[in-house]
Amino acid sequence: MKKYIYFLMIPFLLGSCTSDSEFLDREPTNILTQDQAFGSPDIVLSVLANLYNRYYDFGTVEDWSSLAQFNVAFWSEAGRYGYFQNGGYGYGDWGTWDYGYIREMNLFLERLELSEALDPSDKARFAAEGRFLRASYYFTLVKRMGGVPLILESETYDFSGDATYLQHPRETEAAIYDFILNEADAILADLPADVNTKSRASKGAVLAMKARAALYAGSIAKYGASTPQVSLPGGEVGIPTSKADAYYDIALTAAQAIINGDVGNYSLYEKKPDLSDNFASIFYDKSNNPEAIFVEDYKLQSGKVHSFTIANQPRFGAEEEEGGRINPALSLVQSFETLDGQYKAFETTTTSGDPVFYESPQDIFDGRDARLKGTVIVPGSSFKGRPVDIWAGVQLADGSIVSGDSRGQEKELPGSTGQVQVVGFDGPIDGLEFTAQTGFYIRKYQDPKAGSGQRGTQSDVWFIRYRYAEVLLNAAEAAFELDQPAVAAGYLNQVRSRAGIMTDLTATDITFDRIVHERFVEFAFEGLHFFDLKRWRIAHQVLDGTPMDASTITQNIGDATKRLTQPFGLWPYKYYNPGDPNDGDYLYKIVKPNRVTGADRFQFGNYYSEIGQDILNNNPLIVRNPNQ
Amino acid sequence: MKIRHYLYLSALALIFASCEIDNYDEPESFFTGRIVYNGEPIEVGAREVRFQLFQPGFGNLAPLDVHLDTDGSFSGRFFDGDYKLKFLNGQGPFKAYEVNEQQGDTIFISIRGNTEMDFEVLPYYMLNSSQFSASGSTITGSANYTQVITDADARTIEFARLYINDTQFVSNNGDYNLGFSDLEVNTGRVSGNTTLPDNYDKDYIFARIGVKIDGVEDLLFCPVQKLDL
Repeated sequence: MKKYIYFLMIPFLLGSCTSDSEFLDREPTNILTQDQAFGSPDIVLSVLANLYNRYYDFGTVEDWSSLAQFNVAFWSEAGRYGYFQNGGYGYGDWGTWDYGYIREMNLFLERLELSEALDPSDKARFAAEGRFLRASYYFTLVKRMGGVPLILESETYDFSGDATYLQHPRETEAAIYDFILNEADAILADLPADVNTKSRASKGAVLAMKARAALYAGSIAKYGASTPQVSLPGGEVGIPTSKADAYYDIALTAAQAIINGDVGNYSLYEKKPDLSDNFASIFYDKSNNPEAIFVEDYKLQSGKVHSFTIANQPRFGAEEEEGGRINPALSLVQSFETLDGQYKAFETTTTSGDPVFYESPQDIFDGRDARLKGTVIVPGSSFKGRPVDIWAGVQLADGSIVSGDSRGQEKELPGSTGQVQVVGFDGPIDGLEFTAQTGFYIRKYQDPKAGSGQRGTQSDVWFIRYRYAEVLLNAAEAAFELDQPAVAAGYLNQVRSRAGIMTDLTATDITFDRIVHERFVEFAFEGLHFFDLKRWRIAHQVLDGTPMDASTITQNIGDATKRLTQPFGLWPYKYYNPGDPNDGDYLYKIVKPNRVTGADRFQFGNYYSEIGQDILNNNPLIVRNPNQ
Repeated sequence: MKIRHYLYLSALALIFASCEIDNYDEPESFFTGRIVYNGEPIEVGAREVRFQLFQPGFGNLAPLDVHLDTDGSFSGRFFDGDYKLKFLNGQGPFKAYEVNEQQGDTIFISIRGNTEMDFEVLPYYMLNSSQFSASGSTITGSANYTQVITDADARTIEFARLYINDTQFVSNNGDYNLGFSDLEVNTGRVSGNTTLPDNYDKDYIFARIGVKIDGVEDLLFCPVQKLDL
């Protein structure tokens, strides 16, 4: 009886196979076709979001060390001490060659062009954004590699066995910069002039990029003349000096368009009465921030968060037993001017060699550029309402020092009974990771919100790629190079008075060193310092491989080529001498963290990163970068 | 015997069996020599200057970097075969000779067994008759120099320095010196002195003079000399 079932099944089996010839021909449920993807603005935006997400930053809050390179800070993490123990950099460092990204941007633009379902104004905006991202990546390429092949359409291999038609030579460095500047002009009209569009391209972002690119090109043309060996005969590296003024002109015009409010009401962030708090807020205040122009944004509980605060918060009493990694170096900290605009080293000893005593640890840092305390957490200041505990030990009357090798260690001092604390809970303890081994922590980009230091929550502080202060300083530099020092002084003074500096600069004060200095302190830990060193061709002087010493570090502050091959520290000590008027006061010493043993040397071959041998093999038309 | 034991045994067998079959012999030929001018070696800093060897005929062409030792010598172990030797532009205080128009400065060499070869190059300057002496904590040094390239490519001396270190590696690289001083550059001669670092506790020191040629990154050195203190 049971077997009848088989007979019953036969017609079903036969029927199901033949009756529907398109049975297997189904729409995929997990892939969008090109028509679907480019059929609705929402989906195009998410394609574009992928491209935005792959934007290349040299420094980013997602990788704390990328913001603190080149000895502006010591890295208080045992696994990273090696960075301060070697003598220089590899030729291949900082290289990038992501033509896969370029291809996808080209494909995006080509497919977008074919789409007929989109509203023309949407379409124009999307295309402009795609071209903005493509120009941004070519800017990244030209900064790091020099001139590169300029590929503006997707290319396909025809499997003929001969790939030579896909091989393109490098363009000149100037040609890539010209491409970026021309793209900026071409897409400007299609983008919104909206101050509140910050994580997508806007008119402001395009002009800010244009100003920066033109400024970089101009300075390479001008200062490249001082290092003729950093150039190639074909112009793939190096820009003729004669082009400098034209580029500076473009930079100044583009920057002034933003400053004059042509593309939206951008201005310096000036919301808080305390100028240091105000400066720090630029980097975390995301509501109506008029200074940020183009940012990488993050959002809590969305998966797109970062752990910059976890990595760098003052470790003692933090929300997680972690932090303290970036320790700003003395060379940076002492570069912040006094409020009347003077360069001044910290007074640690009197002329006769005796220590200078300060009643509270913060006193030595008073009366300085407000950006100091907005950028750096100094001893005696606080983060998230909790004071940091940074002091290296106790100095006794005879000059000897009692200190500990664990955080907040207690010992008995001579002439006292019972144990007392002899070193801060935040260090500095030489060689102990996560303590403030230079005596400082970083403040910039740290998130003051509760939970930002917890691994389960993390931080959603944005990373600012272009901000108004940079536009001002770019304009100032271009104006200075174009022999308009009064204009330059005006822009510099805006930035400086926001930082509380009361003495204005006049036209005669504006020198190359001034421009270099202002960018050094304003943009510390923002990922711009490296390209400044490169384009002015001073990297091989600043990083010359010669060790530094405590006696010369305090000299020539504000000098553009001041040596910075090693990070130094400034350690506070408590003075213990009961009965002495200075008992309980603080004194300071300049120290070199003992994990710093190497002195960095930047070679001519480091100015432009090495092009990988695999790339050279695949394309014999590519010429190598100089001095490698 | 469980299955596991057979597994171990067969793994063991595989380990021993796999060695012989699929590996190349290791490179066996030493390629040694010096970079010289008129037979005199050109002294450079440790691991500062390199040239590259290319071996065509095996698919992708990847350079084999060969670094010069401080005394201008080099040594490497290679497979027998034909190689192309290329000095890199901007590497070293010298220029490579052009072999001929078509070949440029690329040198064709063949390595068959241990090979020793010196390569003539054209340095900007040469240093000779260097002299050092130590008295107390002062190290005095001098050397004579001659300008070799005097045509349109001639370059001036940017500075000359006396470097000291406690190992035989002495150069301008911060890892390879304990201190240095600028020397006086006179016609055909550099001279001057430097002082030992404070609390120097060894009874010897190595000294060396380096000359920086304008626009050339790698310094030209004189031979290292060990001084007893």
